[in-house]
Amino acid sequence: MGRYVARRLLQMIPVFIGSTLLVFSMMYALPGDPVRALAGEQTVDPAQIAAMKKDLGLDLPLWHQYWNYMVGLFQGDFGTQIASGRPVADIISEAFPITVRLTLFAFTFTVLVGISIGVFAGMKADTLRDRGLLILTLLLISVPSFVLGFLGQYFFAFQLGWVNPNVSGEANWNELFLPAVVLGSLSLAYVARLTRTSIAENLRSDYMRTAVAKGLPRRRIIGVHLMRNSMIPVVTFLGTDLGALMGGAVVTEGIFNVKGVGYNIFDALRHREGATVVGIVTLIVVVYLVSSLLVDLLYAVLDPRIRYA
Amino acid sequence: MTIIDHTTADVPSPHGSPEDSGPLLEVRDLHVEFHTRDGVARAVNGVNYSVSSGETLAVLGESGSGKSVTAQAIMGILDMPPGRIPQGEILYRGRDMLTMSNEERRLIRGQKIAMIFQDALSSLNPVLSVGYQLGEMFRVHQGLSKKEAKAKAIELMDRVRIPAAKDRVNDYPHQFSGGMRQRIMIAMALALEPDLIIADEPTTALDVTVQAQVMDLLAELQREYNMGLILITHDLGVVADVADKIAVMYAGRIVETAPVHELYKRPAHPYTRGLLDSIPRLDQKGQELYAIKGLPPNLTRIPAGCAFNPRCPSAQDICRTDIPALLSVTERDGTELPGRGSACHFWKETIHG
Ligand SMILES: Nc1ncnc2c1ncn2[C@@H]1O[C@H](COP(=O)(O)OP(=O)(O)OP(=O)(O)O)[C@@H](O)[C@H]1O
Ligand code: SF4
Ligand SMILES: [Mg+2]
Repeated sequence: MGRYVARRLLQMIPVFIGSTLLVFSMMYALPGDPVRALAGEQTVDPAQIAAMKKDLGLDLPLWHQYWNYMVGLFQGDFGTQIASGRPVADIISEAFPITVRLTLFAFTFTVLVGISIGVFAGMKADTLRDRGLLILTLLLISVPSFVLGFLGQYFFAFQLGWVNPNVSGEANWNELFLPAVVLGSLSLAYVARLTRTSIAENLRSDYMRTAVAKGLPRRRIIGVHLMRNSMIPVVTFLGTDLGALMGGAVVTEGIFNVKGVGYNIFDALRHREGATVVGIVTLIVVVYLVSSLLVDLLYAVLDPRIRYA
Repeated sequence: MTIIDHTTADVPSPHGSPEDSGPLLEVRDLHVEFHTRDGVARAVNGVNYSVSSGETLAVLGESGSGKSVTAQAIMGILDMPPGRIPQGEILYRGRDMLTMSNEERRLIRGQKIAMIFQDALSSLNPVLSVGYQLGEMFRVHQGLSKKEAKAKAIELMDRVRIPAAKDRVNDYPHQFSGGMRQRIMIAMALALEPDLIIADEPTTALDVTVQAQVMDLLAELQREYNMGLILITHDLGVVADVADKIAVMYAGRIVETAPVHELYKRPAHPYTRGLLDSIPRLDQKGQELYAIKGLPPNLTRIPAGCAFNPRCPSAQDICRTDIPALLSVTERDGTELPGRGSACHFWKETIHG
């Protein structure tokens, strides 16, 4: 187990280098540069621009810029935004908690509601209520999340006035409710379907019959024997889904004007702020890698037949 | 109609204690049907049998004859729906379990009547340790603590002779061999020292040497605890060693019952004879194996009259119209043969002819 974790952690190094390099070169390849973006529409002396670029090290070849960036990173320096002069670390530490909060909110919603719906449907597979819930999840899967977002905004904010259409800079929990529901709805549909199938399948299994034959009370049969087995595929899905939710948060933030990571990436892209984009994307990649490792470990705890060596 | 219980109850059971004279379990005219897309499958059509303490009843019959379904009905683990019990009684110590509340039945399951399943690998929960699954019996039914339950689990594993029980109590089912897993199943059934154990083909999934060990263990424990045992099997060889009496099933009915050795000596039903003739025998080595011709009937369309008539070498016209009742079998001179019964219009010809 320890060796397995060590190996997985080591594997993260090439993934980390690869993804940062990829984003770095993409930023490099984009037309326009941050210094010119700074000037906007005004015409500026080309010599002045060149001098500024030299100052910032932007005239160096790609590999050299990347090297400088990485060296900075390992000294805990995420770089500085050119336009605002703010350290990228500040931006990240401001935006990340908001996105993490939104993601976790959506994740909790997905887990609680998705699994409940799945269990509720799976316990009575092929009945009317199962079919109804199945159709509901199909709807959620087929409607794009931005449509859902706008619909939610329209009804709950503009028509009913229950919530604010835009989330304030504070991004309080109650403000994040609607964005979280919109963000989580697709995953929720998948979780519900996966849970339902898994429950219905395990209900028919031999060990469930044994559990009944042992004279166990119903709560125990379902709570211990059925759930432990049925949750294995669901947990696996949830693990990979956590990363997807963070990615989705970037889009949802746009709809609800949440000042999180998505907003900042978008802003940085517009101004060609390479360091900001690379910093944020790198962090998302790390979160994704770590969460998928945690899930794989949890998977081994849930299913003793899985052995990591 | 002479119901076989009257006769079987008389069979002197070698281990039965005199104070509980009535049978432990009595199944009376049990019917089970499954409502499926293809129609109603009548899996059990009036089964009668009984078991007393210390007695072993072997239930024999081809695949699909309703052996397991009867057992599931007794345990209360039938899939309902699609299953339904339109008729019948299942008496445990004289009380009909089919009219009991769910909670009453639950308290009988595991504590009074336990079951051993055929495939121990799929019948044990793959994600819980065997110690947990064994200990669960004590925790749920006797309120023992986790620690006490684990100690009991180790004791049980020792009891069914699993080597190094103490070290293996936290292992999972997939880490054991087939024979060891079946021992764990036996241990689980035995945990609360029930009055009756139903073993549904407990050795079919095992290889031959292990089969014998597991069967011996089961028989030994049964003697020791003076339990009733219903042993469901295809294997006539196993039966001869351990059973006291036999019930042969065909298409959801008991077609013959008899004390074990008498059945082998003189079957009173053509189907039983067919089964016995299809056992491979050393003195007939090289000859083609006998097999009962044809296939078991489709349970949604059981033939009229005797269900066995399309396959029976002795079938007459009456067999295609009248259902033969399970009648007492007697000697040629009318002396009663205790515990024997046959559901064949021509049982006399079959046993004496
Ligand atoms: N859950 C169910 N749904 C529908 N039909 C069923 C169900 N369980 C059993 N049956 C039917 O009942 C019939 C009798 O099955 P049963 O399992 O009792 O046979 P068996 O005598 O135990 O055979 P085997 O020796 O193969 O175990 C089968 O034909 C089967 O199709
Ligand atoms: S009743 Fe007729 S068909 Fe049935 S077993 Fe006897 S002889 Fe054969
Ligand atoms: Mg069976």
